[in-house]
Amino acid sequence: MDFEPKILGIACNWCTYTGADLAGTTRLKYPQNLRMVRVMCSSRINPSFVFRAFQLGADGVLIGGCHPGDCHYGTGNMYARRRLAITKKILEFAGLEPGRFRVEWISASEGNRFAEVVTEFTAAVKGLGPQTKLKVSHDG
Amino acid sequence: MSRIGVFVCHCGMNIAKTVRVNETVEFARDLPEVVVAEEYRFVCSTPGQELIFNDIKKYNLDRVIVAACSPLMHEKTFRKVSEAAGLNQYLVTIVNIREQCSWVTEDEDEATSKAKALINGAVYRARLLAPLSSRVIDVHPDVVVIGGGIAGIQAALEIAAVNRNVYLIERTPSIGGHMAQFDKTFPTLDCSACILTPKMDAVLQNPMIELLTYSEVAEVKGYVGNFDIKVKHKATCVNHKKCNGCQACVEKCPARGISEFDEGLNKRKAIYIPFAQAVPQKPVIDRESCTYFLKGKCRLCEKVCEQGAIDYDQEDTFREIKAGAIIVATGYDLMDTKPLVQYGYGKYPGVYHALEMERLFNSAGPTGGKVVMRDGSEPQSVAILHCIGSRDKNHHEYCSRVCCMYSLKFAHLLKEKTKGDVYQLYIDMRAGGKGYEEFYNRLLEEDVKFIRGKAACVTDRTKNPEEAGKLIVEVDDTLTGKFTRIPVDMVVLSPAMTARKDAKEMARLLNLSTDKNGFFLERHPKLAPLSTMTDGVFIAGTCQSPKDIPDTVAQATGAAAEALVVVMKEKMELEATTAFVNAAACCACQNCVKVCPYGAPFFNAEKNVAEINEALCKGCGLCAAACPTSAIITRHFTNDQIMAEMEGLMEF
Repeated sequence: MDFEPKILGIACNWCTYTGADLAGTTRLKYPQNLRMVRVMCSSRINPSFVFRAFQLGADGVLIGGCHPGDCHYGTGNMYARRRLAITKKILEFAGLEPGRFRVEWISASEGNRFAEVVTEFTAAVKGLGPQTKLKVSHDG
Repeated sequence: MSRIGVFVCHCGMNIAKTVRVNETVEFARDLPEVVVAEEYRFVCSTPGQELIFNDIKKYNLDRVIVAACSPLMHEKTFRKVSEAAGLNQYLVTIVNIREQCSWVTEDEDEATSKAKALINGAVYRARLLAPLSSRVIDVHPDVVVIGGGIAGIQAALEIAAVNRNVYLIERTPSIGGHMAQFDKTFPTLDCSACILTPKMDAVLQNPMIELLTYSEVAEVKGYVGNFDIKVKHKATCVNHKKCNGCQACVEKCPARGISEFDEGLNKRKAIYIPFAQAVPQKPVIDRESCTYFLKGKCRLCEKVCEQGAIDYDQEDTFREIKAGAIIVATGYDLMDTKPLVQYGYGKYPGVYHALEMERLFNSAGPTGGKVVMRDGSEPQSVAILHCIGSRDKNHHEYCSRVCCMYSLKFAHLLKEKTKGDVYQLYIDMRAGGKGYEEFYNRLLEEDVKFIRGKAACVTDRTKNPEEAGKLIVEVDDTLTGKFTRIPVDMVVLSPAMTARKDAKEMARLLNLSTDKNGFFLERHPKLAPLSTMTDGVFIAGTCQSPKDIPDTVAQATGAAAEALVVVMKEKMELEATTAFVNAAACCACQNCVKVCPYGAPFFNAEKNVAEINEALCKGCGLCAAACPTSAIITRHFTNDQIMAEMEGLMEF
C-alpha cells in the first residue's frame, strides 16, 4: 500500500479554521491526511506543540493563521510569525526536512486556498516518506 | 475516570453519505472512558437534543462529544442542551466531521477513518476538560462621548433620548466642531449653522447630557461595562457656574489673539467665546494673549464682571467619570499644506485652504461673507485645486471623499458672490452620494471651467504681460494633452483630511489600533465598522476615515445604538475562556505584559508576579505561548488539553 502521511494541522479559529469550513461548504476536495486542532489564535501555538506533534509521529505539521495585519486579536499572528520562524530553524537544526513544517496565512474567505495548500503540502510530505527523525517509538 | 457520551450525527446524508456512521459509533463505544455512543439523523433537531439531554441524565455523563458540523455552527446549541441537563457547557466538545471531513473527502473508507481519528482526538481532550463559569459583572449605565463635533453631538443626543446619562467631552471652548465653521453644506446648499445649532442647543438643554467643554481625556482604565475615565478640565479663568454669559468682559477686553475658529483670518479677544452660536455661551481666557497674564496688569474683565466670575488663579482640575461604554468621535485635521511648497500656501497671500474659504463665505466670518482677499480686493479669477495631499502616494494615498463636492460648492458660491472666472482642477470627479452627481451636473451648467489635471504648481513668476500681478497655476490638462498656465487672483487648495495629530495618543489611552494612515481601526471593515478591538469602545465619524456629514451622522447614530446595547444591560457575562497566571511558576519576566494587545496582564510588584485582569482578557492565548515557564494557563485551551488532542489525532 502507498505511504499515507499523517498531517497535523493547527489553525486559528477566526481565519484558517473558518476558511477550512468554507472549503467544506463549497464541497472542495482535498486529501484526508490532515487532522486539525483548533486554537483561538495562531499566537497560542507554543513551539512545543510542533515538536510534540513530530514526536507523536506526525509526518508533517501545518500551521494556519490570519494574514499578518488581519489578526482577530490585532497583533497575535505577528508574534506567531516570528515564533514559528524560529521553530522552523530549530526543527531544521534537529535534522528534520524543512518541507515537513509549513506555516500558511489563510483567511476565512480563502476556502480554495486552504484546499490547495493541504493538497500540495500532503503531496510534498508524501514525497518525503515517513518521518522518523523525531518520532518516539511506542515500543520503547 | 470520566463518563463520556459520544453522539454522531448523520446530518441527513451530508455526513452519512461518506462517513459510515454506524462503524464510527461502534469505534467510539470502545474508546476509553466512553460510557455511551449513539447516532442520530439530525442531532441538532429537538429529538436529537432530547437524546443528549436524556443520556446525560440516564448515564450520569460528565462529558459530551458531538460529532457533527463545525463548532462554529451548533456549538452553542449543544452547550445549551448540556447546561439544561445540569452539565457545565464547557464540558461539551464538538467534532467537525462535516465541513472538515465528509464534505471534503470523496472516499468512504478515508472519510470514515478520518472521522474516527477526529473523535479519538476529542475523547483524549474531553477527559482533561474542566468546568468553567462565566463571570457576571455589573454594567455602569452611563456613556462617555469624546469629541463634540457633529458626530459626538448626534451620538450624545441619541443616547440621551433613551434617558441615559451622557458625558460629552470637548477640548475646545465650544461644541460644534468643523461643521460649525462651514458656510453651506453640499449638495443641498443649506446653511451649516442653521442645521447644526439647533442640535447644539438641544445638547445644552438636555438634562441627560453633561457637557464638559475645554476638557480632555487624561486617562482611561477599566473594561467594557466599567470604564474609569479621568477628565482634565483646562483652566478657563472664568467660573462658569457664576458666569451669566453677558459678555461684558469680552467687550471691554483690550487684548487680541488669533481666532482659531476663523482659521487665523481674524482676531478675537483674549477673553472670548469662539463664535456667536457657541455652546456653552461662556467665555474662556486665552492666557497666551491676555494682557494680565503677559504683563501682570489689566484685570479689566474682572472689573466689569458683575457676577465676580473671573478667576485668574483657576487651575486645571481633574475629574473621575464612570461609564459602561465610550464613543470616540474626535474628528479630523485638515492637512497642513505649508510643506507642499509648490502650491505656495503661506508664501503667496492669494492662496487659501478649504477651511479658510468656508470662513470667507460665511456671513459671520471675518469678511462678513464677502469674498475679499487678504489685500482687500475681490478676486477676478479663482482656481480650485483638488487632491492636495490626497490620492498622492507621496503624502496620503487615500481619497478624502469630500473635496470634490465642497470644491463644487465653492465654485457655486464664488459664482454667486463674485463676477470672476472659476477653474476646477481635478483628477477625477468623485460624486458618489445622494444628489451628488446631480450637483455636479448643475455646476457644469454654471459656467465653471473644468480642467482635468492635477495642478503642478502655483507661482508668481510671469512669462507675459497678461500674467502680471497674477498667480499662475501650472497644470497638465489630461483631456487636451496640453501643458497650461492659468493666471488667477486667488488659489483655493482642497487638502487631505487626515487623522488628528494626536490620534496615536488617543489610541494609546483607549487601547485602540490605528490604520496605516493613523485613523482608528474598526473591528471589521464591513460587518463591524463602528466597533473596535476594545470591547465597549466605539468609533464614529472622521476619526475612522474621511467622510461627509450624512455618513458621519449615520455612524454616530449607529455608534450610539452599539453603546446602548452595552449599557442597557444591567449585568454582563464575561468570556470564561480567559488566561490566568500560576503565581508559583511565574518568573516575573513580564513578557505577557509586553505582548498582550488588550493590556490584560499587569505586573504586581508587591508579589513580584504577573497577574491577569480577566475582564480584559479575550482568551487568544498569546501570553500563554510567550510565557517561558508555562505559568500562564489559557482556560479551555491548556497545553495539556491541546497535546492530548494531538495525541488522540495521531493515533489513527
